[in-house]
Amino acid sequence: MSLAQNALSGELRAIAKILTAIEDEREGWIELIKELHPYSGRAYVLGITGIPGAGKSTLTDKIITHLRRENDSKVAVIAVDPSSPFSGGAILADRIRMHEHFLDEKVFIRSMATRGCLGGLSKKTVDVAGVLDASGFDWVVIETVGVGQDEIDVVKVADTTVVIFAPGTGDEMQAMKAGIMEIGDIFVVNKADNDGAEKLERELNAILDLSASRRKGSNWDVPVVKTIGTTGEGVDKLISTVMEHRKYLESMHNIRLEKNISRNKEEIINIIKDKLLREVMSRSTNGTLTDLARRVALREIDPYTAAESMIKGVS
Amino acid sequence: MAKKMRILIAKPGLDGHDRGAKIVARALRDAGYEVIYTGLHQTPDQIVSTALQEDVDGIGLSILSGSHDYQFKRIMELLREKKMDDVVVFGGGIIPDDDISKLKSYGVKEVFTPGASTEDIIKFVQENIGK
Repeated sequence: MSLAQNALSGELRAIAKILTAIEDEREGWIELIKELHPYSGRAYVLGITGIPGAGKSTLTDKIITHLRRENDSKVAVIAVDPSSPFSGGAILADRIRMHEHFLDEKVFIRSMATRGCLGGLSKKTVDVAGVLDASGFDWVVIETVGVGQDEIDVVKVADTTVVIFAPGTGDEMQAMKAGIMEIGDIFVVNKADNDGAEKLERELNAILDLSASRRKGSNWDVPVVKTIGTTGEGVDKLISTVMEHRKYLESMHNIRLEKNISRNKEEIINIIKDKLLREVMSRSTNGTLTDLARRVALREIDPYTAAESMIKGVS
Repeated sequence: MAKKMRILIAKPGLDGHDRGAKIVARALRDAGYEVIYTGLHQTPDQIVSTALQEDVDGIGLSILSGSHDYQFKRIMELLREKKMDDVVVFGGGIIPDDDISKLKSYGVKEVFTPGASTEDIIKFVQENIGK
């Protein structure tokens, strides 16, 4: 049996090997995606995002527990942590909070480093989610890196995006800025037993009241759910809210389809960009990137002229 | 894209001293490795299951509790059972000289004892993992 067939039958080692092949762009990685794509589209993708230290991993751990109880669902988790911009290395430590699930055959956890991608995910997260979907997981939970304000790539892959806040992490104006405030389908005030949780909840609700009318074509009222990740308090409420959102999306079939079409457009554009860039880099005869960059640095030419010259030189 | 090496740093057993493991994890990060770090008190089954899902190239085990013989042996057995013999295992901690050759006979590639420098460990990893 091929690697892809083994993955389809749920063999964890095969799945793990395919994810590596995709992450590293090893020989045959695109073929693997092509082979598995027809089997994807069944899993529900839950995005978990929020600032560093808000409690994303701890909540994700509790969410896994709840999802496993729900119809014995199979749960895959993609936990993203940042790569060092200097060494390219990374410490991927989200698993520390999830060891309860290490021996559960129906839970698959994969850590990914951002590898230079700045949107809160890694470049290959979407493809990896697709493989896990095709491999028969009912849920794919994606935990982003700790985000600031506009690392919002998770919204491009998740069906439901949960944004986690914790008290003591910034005033109301922080929350009114553009970016993560606009992508949440559900807001969570985690560490709800800490001082300032009620105030944060009020502020979030006030901001949502202001913006609700501006969410085009949506009848979904973004709820604020309080949780305590360490004890698991409120997680049942969070899960039932996720289920409500799922039901809402499923009832709005057209919205979901539209959403997927616009996502796929972007994905196709990215693949084209990537392919063209590679072509230009490997086939241009008008000098190397380094040569051109040096000339720009020395103010002999401008960067646009440099880029045009590379494109023109494609043979 | 070049192959990225992934290393699991794990602490089997019941001792709570993870400073050494953290220093090694950090040094590997700075040397360009992706380090999966799972924290304290991991059982051999948990470690091997993590190694499988994360598809790591190497596993570094830190142990100071004295139970290295059982832990390392069991981990090597499980790796063989799962046909993951290609994963390079190394270890570190307070391990008597007499025990080191025993651990190596189970298939552990190298054992670092107190006094080893992070440079030595990085050098070992560079020379032995992902070749």
